[in-house]
Amino acid sequence: MATNNKELVVEKIDNGTVIDHIPAEMVFKIVKILGLDAYEDEILIGTNLCSKKYGKKGILKIKNKYFTQDEIDKIAIVAPTATIIIIKDYEVLEKKHLELPQHIHKIVKCINPNCITNVEEIDTNFDVVNRDPIRIQCHYCEKTMEEIQFKD
Amino acid sequence: MTNLKGKNLISITDYSKEDYLTVLDLAEKFENNPNQPILTDKVVGSLFFEPSTRTRLSFETAANRLGARVIGFSNPSATSLQKGESLHDTIKMVSSYTDIIVMRHHKDGASRYASEVSPVPLINAGDGANQHPTQCMLDLYSIRKTQGRLDNLKIAMVGDLKYGRTVHSLVQAMSNFNAEFHFVSPASLAMPDHVKDYARNAGLQYFEYDKLEDVVPFADIIYMTRIQKERFPDQLEYEKVKNAYIMTAATLKGCKENMKVLHPLPRVNEIAMDVDTTPYAYYFQQAQNGMYVRQALIASILGYADKVK
Repeated sequence: MATNNKELVVEKIDNGTVIDHIPAEMVFKIVKILGLDAYEDEILIGTNLCSKKYGKKGILKIKNKYFTQDEIDKIAIVAPTATIIIIKDYEVLEKKHLELPQHIHKIVKCINPNCITNVEEIDTNFDVVNRDPIRIQCHYCEKTMEEIQFKD
Repeated sequence: MTNLKGKNLISITDYSKEDYLTVLDLAEKFENNPNQPILTDKVVGSLFFEPSTRTRLSFETAANRLGARVIGFSNPSATSLQKGESLHDTIKMVSSYTDIIVMRHHKDGASRYASEVSPVPLINAGDGANQHPTQCMLDLYSIRKTQGRLDNLKIAMVGDLKYGRTVHSLVQAMSNFNAEFHFVSPASLAMPDHVKDYARNAGLQYFEYDKLEDVVPFADIIYMTRIQKERFPDQLEYEKVKNAYIMTAATLKGCKENMKVLHPLPRVNEIAMDVDTTPYAYYFQQAQNGMYVRQALIASILGYADKVK
């Protein structure tokens, strides 16, 4: 990492994924839900960086890591403004602007302890009934909730 | 008249306004002519994973009056569930024997899940604290029968509006009929926001009160509910509110002539016995209407609506 007078210059990664435009307060949450705290290759974590669009933003650069759709969906739920940049040989292979999905399949746990999905082996399903603040409704027990708990 | 053949009934919102009216019209025919053995070649699975006297007997009588045979259980302790069988496997097995399943379960969402596992249609007879759509259908039937219409009525709901699933479903169903809602409850048992949002999104007005007397002069229907001890995580909270609303014959002084008192039953002490003999009490007939509505549902979901006389 090097700095000049105006900005922080972060080393480029040759292969891997950059998650940019993360709301600053969500950076460590994303690290946790993606299990990156146990990742053994290089990770650059930046937070509270100046952003013209968002005021303060966070960024993650994860070397040699490409995320599954389930993992990308998790990022979209906690940071729908984020951008995913896929890097191969220092080139941008793909750039995805995330969007909160209408339906959330499998990755979230119902917080209602009496819900059947917490008893039987069932893939959970939620509808997003409000986007800001996010509120989801369980397809099975029909409870609405603002708290999002991801499955392990 | 809509075609309900094969259509599960899990949540009251699974059915449209036209579907409700189809069921109510058919139920009216069964009220006039209850014994119609049109389902003699059908078997109804009656799976009661938690005890329920009224709902189970009502469903099973409905099936019997239609000439269908009923298999099932009312006490899961005598079944393979005690051996640890999953709901998934129980439904797979029972659905291979039966033409339709009626199911009550103590877990929220169990009926939706079972309907996704079952190749035969399923009627939810209550899933935990979530839905009890046939109760809502019989409430609609009772309202239409006593008022002569469903449109433009003033519906008061009293008691436990927080945990009471019947009042939540009734708001959803009556939102199709331009109702005006009047919610009477202690603050700790107020109607949840998501239900009020439902009414608001349907363009309907609702008002909130803490005294039962406030709604008596104008209500067309007063829907009383029991404060359910089993729904309270904190028993001290229950003790504080358990006697909040007790209706007596004197409470109803000055009510509209057409007003009827409904209650999903069982009652504890929220409606005094002296109300039973007033012309406003309708809760026992309401329970009886449940059988006609369930006959209508079973017959129409099995595709026999056109055989009903």
